[in-house]
Amino acid sequence: MIMTTNAIGRSVPLFVQNLGNFKPYAGVFATTPTGNHHATPIRRSPSTGNKLLPSIRESILASGLKSGMTISFHHSFRNGDMLVNMVVNEIASLGIRDITLAPSSLQSVHSALLPHIRSGVISAITTSGLRGELAEVLTRELPLKSPVVIRSHGGRARAIESGELRIDVAFLGASAADVYGNMNGVHGSTAFGSLGYAMVDAQYANCVVAVTDNLVPYPAIPISIPQTQVDYVVRVDKIGDPAGIMTGATRLTRDPLELYIAAQATLVIEASGYFNEGFSFQAGTGGASLAVAKFLKERMAETGLRAGFCTGGSTGYVCEMLHEGYFSAILDTQCFDLAAVESLRTHPRHVEMSASFYANPHSKACTAHITDIMMLGATEIDTAYNVNVLTGSDGIMMGASGGHSDTAAGTKLRLVTAPLIRGRFPIVVDKVHTVITPGECIDVLVTERGIAVNPLQKALAERLKQAGIETVTIEELQWRAEKLTGRPEPLPQSEDIVALVEYRDGTLIDVVRRVI
Amino acid sequence: MSKRLRRSMLFVPGNNPALIIDAAVFSPDSIILDLEDAVAVDQKDAARELVVRALQTLDFGNCELCVRINGRHTPFFADDIRALVPARPHVLRLAMVESPEDIIYTDQFIDHCEREAGLPSGSVKLMASIETARGVTNAAKIAVSSPRLIAISFGAEDFTHSIQSERTAQGQELLFARSAVVLAARAAGIDPIDTVYSNIDDEPGFRADVKAAKQLGFAGKSCVHPRQVAIVHDVYRPTSDEVYKAERVLAAYADALQKGTGVISVDGRMVDGPIVAKAQRIVDIARAAGSGRGVQV
Repeated sequence: MIMTTNAIGRSVPLFVQNLGNFKPYAGVFATTPTGNHHATPIRRSPSTGNKLLPSIRESILASGLKSGMTISFHHSFRNGDMLVNMVVNEIASLGIRDITLAPSSLQSVHSALLPHIRSGVISAITTSGLRGELAEVLTRELPLKSPVVIRSHGGRARAIESGELRIDVAFLGASAADVYGNMNGVHGSTAFGSLGYAMVDAQYANCVVAVTDNLVPYPAIPISIPQTQVDYVVRVDKIGDPAGIMTGATRLTRDPLELYIAAQATLVIEASGYFNEGFSFQAGTGGASLAVAKFLKERMAETGLRAGFCTGGSTGYVCEMLHEGYFSAILDTQCFDLAAVESLRTHPRHVEMSASFYANPHSKACTAHITDIMMLGATEIDTAYNVNVLTGSDGIMMGASGGHSDTAAGTKLRLVTAPLIRGRFPIVVDKVHTVITPGECIDVLVTERGIAVNPLQKALAERLKQAGIETVTIEELQWRAEKLTGRPEPLPQSEDIVALVEYRDGTLIDVVRRVI
Repeated sequence: MSKRLRRSMLFVPGNNPALIIDAAVFSPDSIILDLEDAVAVDQKDAARELVVRALQTLDFGNCELCVRINGRHTPFFADDIRALVPARPHVLRLAMVESPEDIIYTDQFIDHCEREAGLPSGSVKLMASIETARGVTNAAKIAVSSPRLIAISFGAEDFTHSIQSERTAQGQELLFARSAVVLAARAAGIDPIDTVYSNIDDEPGFRADVKAAKQLGFAGKSCVHPRQVAIVHDVYRPTSDEVYKAERVLAAYADALQKGTGVISVDGRMVDGPIVAKAQRIVDIARAAGSGRGVQV
């Protein structure tokens, strides 16, 4: 394999068997797109008004799926998803092989696919993330014909629209659909909310199969994905397990350490110069970030200041803030709890957006480029502020690229909040195991044992100083952590590449190597 | 003139390494590594060993380090003191103190261990925890029983049991005892520390309880959860007006000392010793609280 070194010093391949040529990452906005969007085949509108097929099997046959093709799914059912496993089982029983699996993300429930991976039914995977036994096997073994391709949410939308990732058949689950193919995720017993990630697949896949366990009278309103993009409709008994899809309401953390970090992050935001009338915000769901939303709300209540839009995913808490007038709107790709689903269903200013609308760097406008404040997580961050959210301290894939690099590229204030020590490991390291987001896109790291500002952000450092917020260098934070944990030994890994990490523009920012 | 503040004393179970490591993050004035109620009988030895190691190796910043040891009449008392004194905690907090003899006995035992460890006598301070009717009755005598004693804390749970009553939200059953502890400590020139508030989810209730303690004269409050620390500091934080006035008093006092003036007045009011001391206390607390606005968690 011919390797080269990219702009952040990572060794990446220029060509990969079965996947083709790649360009090394050259900078956050270094790539200028060319060409046209991928076009889908023209179809005649059915005269019967009914696209219903009796089974998944029939829909696979009708779609014309053959060995070597690419199928896709959205990940809004999260760990309650039943559709991916159901479809791949049928594909296997039809004797189809060599399939590229291209969902927006994979969960531990999809470890059930392992027999189909080992037998060659699935030979390639591209996804935002993967977890559980599936992720472990894919990091320790080489069961696929080519490395897994990790894409960000915006990067996936870009790859699909440009035709770089061509989807032959998209199987899109909906908690409510009609026989003509209109669908949504806000009604029915398996309601999951926004269909944002599926919208790109619906628009650009050569064939779209809507799968639902809740067939409703025409038209299924709201129409999140329209009949004009759907080829077939299938009704199944059950499409997902509500217990795995989401909880009633995402609870604010009670962990005092996370609350403390959130309180520090709130002080940083207030002093940053971006906490102004109409500021836009992306909260995320993890640990401290939702608590930051709560603290910001308290500040807004005190000061009378009001935010503009809230973007990304939604939780009941930020929905409550919309309903109370703290946010002016929620632009939503993914609902994280039932309270958020209810808000999307009922509130006129809580709307779905596609992954392209949200984060595609090569769309004519993406929300990630006009957001003011973004809360980011990290499994590791290095002294050059590069962030890893994909692999754990053992080198095994356990997370997702998600919208991390997309939002970090465009947002004005990029805060990483994380406990300085997680498990027995320091979170600040010399070099992260896997780079998902380049360090130049990170402004500040907030931990319970100190705050570090990226030296590139001199103005921000000055504003924090003026506000009396003490900061230290990231090397000092690393030292503080290592004083308690010691210095971790380097991970034993082979030269084999098990995953390619695409930056959002399609260049390679890093690779994941096989863990021995 | 400034002395150590003891607004917040955060209890941390002595058998929980993760909580011990993180305790200083919340910047309590004092950390109390607990070997008593938080630790089951069959884990006392392991917890004691862990606390000794923590004292020897971890950096707790500016926090005062206390260890709550088991009561005089328990089988763990002597082993606790023998093991801990060489590790040099700032303070040992003795549970269930009922009489001056409890303190005198402990004082002598510590003295013996200090000598064995080659430490100057009085290196390790003592705090008495008064938690029974008998203890409250003897509070004034306990408070003056040893120069090693730097504070008295009040424990309400055992106390209500000892007077055969129940704790209420209003706390009438505690009023006399809390005041008795404050009077005893203040008369002896040491710090009275108020009892814990166990319902960690009731923030308004806790805040009201801290306000009441401050009003009664307590120097601080024992905390059972890190979230409580910032609330205590907030309640004890002087207003900017108070700080402004205190700084003017101290400036006038310093000026008078320099010039050798006898009588000082600020804004037409005479300033005497207690007013200077009070002003110093306000400035100390304001400095400890920091000039920036805190966020409570």
